[in-house]
Amino acid sequence: MNAIVTLQNVTKRYTRGKQTVEVLHGIDLEIAQGDFVALMGPSGSGKTTLLNLIGGLDQPSTGSVAVAGERIDSLSGSRLAKWRARHIGFVFQFYNLMPMLTAQRNVELPLLLTSLSASQRKRNAEAALAVVGLAERARHKPNELSGGQAQRVAIARALVADPTLLVCDEPTGDLDRSTADEILNLLQVLNREHGKTIVMVTHDPKAAEFATHQLHLDKGKLVGTTATSTTAA
Amino acid sequence: MFKQTIAVTSMNLRALPQRLGISLVIVIGIAVTVAVLVSVGAMATGFQKTLSNTGRDDRVIVLRGGSEAELSSTISRDNTLTILDAPGVKRDADGKPIGSADMVAIVSLPLKASGSGANVTLRGVGPKMPVLRPEIRIVEGRMFTPALRELIVGRGAVKQFSGLDLGSKVSFRDADWTVVGIFESNGDAHESELMTDIETALSAYRRNLFQSVTVMLESPEAFNAYKDRLTTDPTLGVDVKREPDYYAKQSQGLKKLLDLLSFGVGGIMALGAIFGTLNTMYTAVSSRGVEIATLRAIGFGALPVVVSVFVEALALALIGGALGAIGAWIFFNGNTVNTLGANFTQVVFNLTVSPALLVNGIVWACVIGVIGGLFPAVRAARLPIATALRAG
Repeated sequence: MNAIVTLQNVTKRYTRGKQTVEVLHGIDLEIAQGDFVALMGPSGSGKTTLLNLIGGLDQPSTGSVAVAGERIDSLSGSRLAKWRARHIGFVFQFYNLMPMLTAQRNVELPLLLTSLSASQRKRNAEAALAVVGLAERARHKPNELSGGQAQRVAIARALVADPTLLVCDEPTGDLDRSTADEILNLLQVLNREHGKTIVMVTHDPKAAEFATHQLHLDKGKLVGTTATSTTAA
Repeated sequence: MFKQTIAVTSMNLRALPQRLGISLVIVIGIAVTVAVLVSVGAMATGFQKTLSNTGRDDRVIVLRGGSEAELSSTISRDNTLTILDAPGVKRDADGKPIGSADMVAIVSLPLKASGSGANVTLRGVGPKMPVLRPEIRIVEGRMFTPALRELIVGRGAVKQFSGLDLGSKVSFRDADWTVVGIFESNGDAHESELMTDIETALSAYRRNLFQSVTVMLESPEAFNAYKDRLTTDPTLGVDVKREPDYYAKQSQGLKKLLDLLSFGVGGIMALGAIFGTLNTMYTAVSSRGVEIATLRAIGFGALPVVVSVFVEALALALIGGALGAIGAWIFFNGNTVNTLGANFTQVVFNLTVSPALLVNGIVWACVIGVIGGLFPAVRAARLPIATALRAG
């Protein structure tokens, strides 16, 4: 197995006042390149915390996190920011688009962290919007888009810099069933046809069926891994 | 890094209309603070300008020893002759000294603004006054005639007091005095005065003592010798000052008060504006917490975020500062006001909003913006990304 994400004996503790709460206990995990992994579990099981560690938004209290062969658990804040720009595409539950920017400008944002020229950035953003089927909405602002369209723009933004890993936190949590299925189909296409490795947190068993593997967390521990035999389509 | 900073800052600034309400709190708070600072400064500048315009280096005022102002000074007629005749005093073509022994009295006249009485200086001047003070120009009417109860009135006094128009009669010392001329004097302190012939004034007030003698020296360099000669004469007992020094001293008290107002009241207001800006910027940062966290998740560094919040605060402060400064300039610059000057009489002066004051106001606004933006900017950059994303 060609692991792109490797976690070894990862724990995560938060201190609030005098209380220390351990959210993740000794997680060992490998995710192979090209996998589409659904992280499942009840509320408070540590799914989002685990996703944040994989995406470099947070760092473990102990243990190691390596993504694409690079240890990220001890990187400084600024190096971690540069690392995220190079390796991670984020998709959030509420899209997190910049309200004052058009769809195309939103998609271009990660490219501002590269050395691409303005014209190249524009071309790449248009291409990413075309991949998610929204080329004709490039000049629309987020408030002129439906929830599904806004999430597609967010996915285009996550894709545009060709990251190593797509990290999705409840990407369909704010959408109705049919729109959610469209988004999940899109993620599946990105995984199958474009070879994107995807880690997705979800509560929804139907959403998890679109993934190639399901990881189950409970009370901060990995309690099971299942390969989805027949993925939804 | 530069590209990131420009991108985040421009996003911030473009989002300002969406936060119009809270942005206006900063703008208005700073505008009012700057307007107050500039207008108090305009008073100080205008008053100083008026008094510093009064006088020349080659003119000297002589008062009784220990007198701070003309009203508390008395000089006998004999002594005025000694003072006028002393070496160093410039003489005219006829060999007569260029100087004027003045009598100063207070006349109470109704102010135009309130109708209430206020003191104005009546100055009896000698026949050499036009040569001594060439800056005094009759702009309407004519010069008074000696021995007649006629007055010439300064432009500033005409603006502030009622009943001083050309041809009007003013009653004091049981007589009617006719305004026969209106003069300008480069906006100096004399423009707030009434002037008449010295002998007529002495006669009306039944006095034989003068308050001051002003002389023109042969040159500014003649001052020390002239001063030494008069102050070492034990029969005179006088103080000798160059005119600019005398009038600068007269403005000291008000200058101190205005400085206190400027730095005291202005400082307190500025402190209030800083807290207002801090509060507003914290709110702005908090309302944009998810946007900022998203940008940082994507890979934008903390510095561009700090700079963008900072620039936003600074931009709002600059807008507020400019509005305050422009407002002060529109509403206050050139306004004529009066205050109690020397002799317990009114000195009329124009509020002067100078370019230096405007720059000063903008600098104050920037300082408020910098301090008010700094802490929220640092907070925005230090907030853990995961926490900020969850807060959304």
